[in-house]
Amino acid sequence: MNTRAARIGLPVLAGVLFLLGWELLVVANDIKPYLLPKPSAIWAQLTRNIDDILTTSARTGTNALVGLVVGAVAGILAALVASRFRVVDSLLVPLAAAVNAMPIIALAPIFNTMFSTTSAVPRRLVVTLVVFFPLFVNALRGLRQVEPIHRELLDSYAAGGWTFARKVRVPGALPFVFTGLRLAASLAVIAAVVAEYFGGLQNGLGTRITSAASNTAYPRAWAYVAAACALGLVFYLAATALERLATPWRTSR
Amino acid sequence: MIELAGIGKTFRGRTDVVALTGIDLTVAAGEFVTFIGPSGCGKSTLLRVVADLTDPTAGTVTVNGKTARQARLDQDYGIAFQQSGLMDWRTVARNVELPLELRGWDRRRRRDRALELLELVGLAEFAGSRPAELSGGMQQRVAIARALATDPKLLLMDEPFGALDEMTRERLQAELTRIARESGTTVAFVTHSIPEAVYLSDRVVVMSARPGRIAAVVDVGLGERTDDTREAPEFFARVTEVREALRGRTVVRAEER
Repeated sequence: MNTRAARIGLPVLAGVLFLLGWELLVVANDIKPYLLPKPSAIWAQLTRNIDDILTTSARTGTNALVGLVVGAVAGILAALVASRFRVVDSLLVPLAAAVNAMPIIALAPIFNTMFSTTSAVPRRLVVTLVVFFPLFVNALRGLRQVEPIHRELLDSYAAGGWTFARKVRVPGALPFVFTGLRLAASLAVIAAVVAEYFGGLQNGLGTRITSAASNTAYPRAWAYVAAACALGLVFYLAATALERLATPWRTSR
Repeated sequence: MIELAGIGKTFRGRTDVVALTGIDLTVAAGEFVTFIGPSGCGKSTLLRVVADLTDPTAGTVTVNGKTARQARLDQDYGIAFQQSGLMDWRTVARNVELPLELRGWDRRRRRDRALELLELVGLAEFAGSRPAELSGGMQQRVAIARALATDPKLLLMDEPFGALDEMTRERLQAELTRIARESGTTVAFVTHSIPEAVYLSDRVVVMSARPGRIAAVVDVGLGERTDDTREAPEFFARVTEVREALRGRTVVRAEER
């Protein structure tokens, strides 16, 4: 009980102290808002614009979610195929490494010209690509990591390749997949927000941040940044909750 | 039940390693045969050859009147290893159900069978637990229950009690002999413990290393095992006999003098 209270209470306390220190720092040193606004000023903007913050968060969140789901499914499927067929493995792994080495966010302006400017597809595509790699790599690592004894056991049952994949490879890989998903969940939100910096639809958190900043409305820009933080946190917590549901044998201990 | 004729197994590599050579052995149905020998004598490899988990490089294996491959495809045997090999993501009961699942048994029937087997190994109340919640000995019992799930005529066991403490070990040995006797199962059992080999078996196959071959076969003939078996003079006589065989000597039995 004590530990549970501490687990929740301590981070909250740390957060409050951090904000308090921030406020004091700004006030005591008379730091200008364009350098660093006060938390109280950001809070004021946050409450004033709450309706717009919620709607833009929902739009950016939808982009992140769609990209996350598509990218995750694609990454997992690719890993499944790669783990099953050696040829695909040797084709796909270098390709995936090359894609990952590319700054995917930098593709956002290119995608924007590929699709119409009123389309959410470019930013969803960016998210998809960003999400694909951590899922692919982690899922593949999990799928490959098979205990020899499980291999022999399933051989002794005369189990075929797909049965083996279903009974051993996939469940054994789940913890790895969720490690990738937790990573990808935060990345998805970052990618969705940043992809909006490069033009296209003016309806998300990212566009609100750039427009507020270019209007020198720094506390408002920070309020939208805070909303992006919260959105990222929601995604991360959702991924963690999903992990607990899907791999109860790891979290029940 | 098992017929081995001229079995050899050479691992090819920079230097070839002869793991087994010239193994001839017949195990009768219902017999409990233990393989013992120093590490590197190929006893585990021999068991894997019988299980068709590895191919011999010479000789023929007949299991249950068929080739080893066919016997494996027909799932004629149950197998247990030194590690339990339980799957973390399955409950204890679902681990026992695994071979039945692969045979296409329906959910209800395999659940009933799993509970029956867990009852047999004394773990009925742990059916819904996760393997990680069980001790090593309990996990091994679950693995044995899983090996017995399909009610195989042949049980192959590779040092299944190797990692257990002495107390648990002796209890499981007693359980295993009881199960094997009651079900008439043929058992091929690999161990490096002399008392274990003598306690369990009808015959002990003593192997020697480099190259792995059969050095001697000791007929145990102790009759039904009880708590007193381990303290009987005949038990110690057989232990001595196996030990001497491992050292490459033979013992003349008192009754034959």
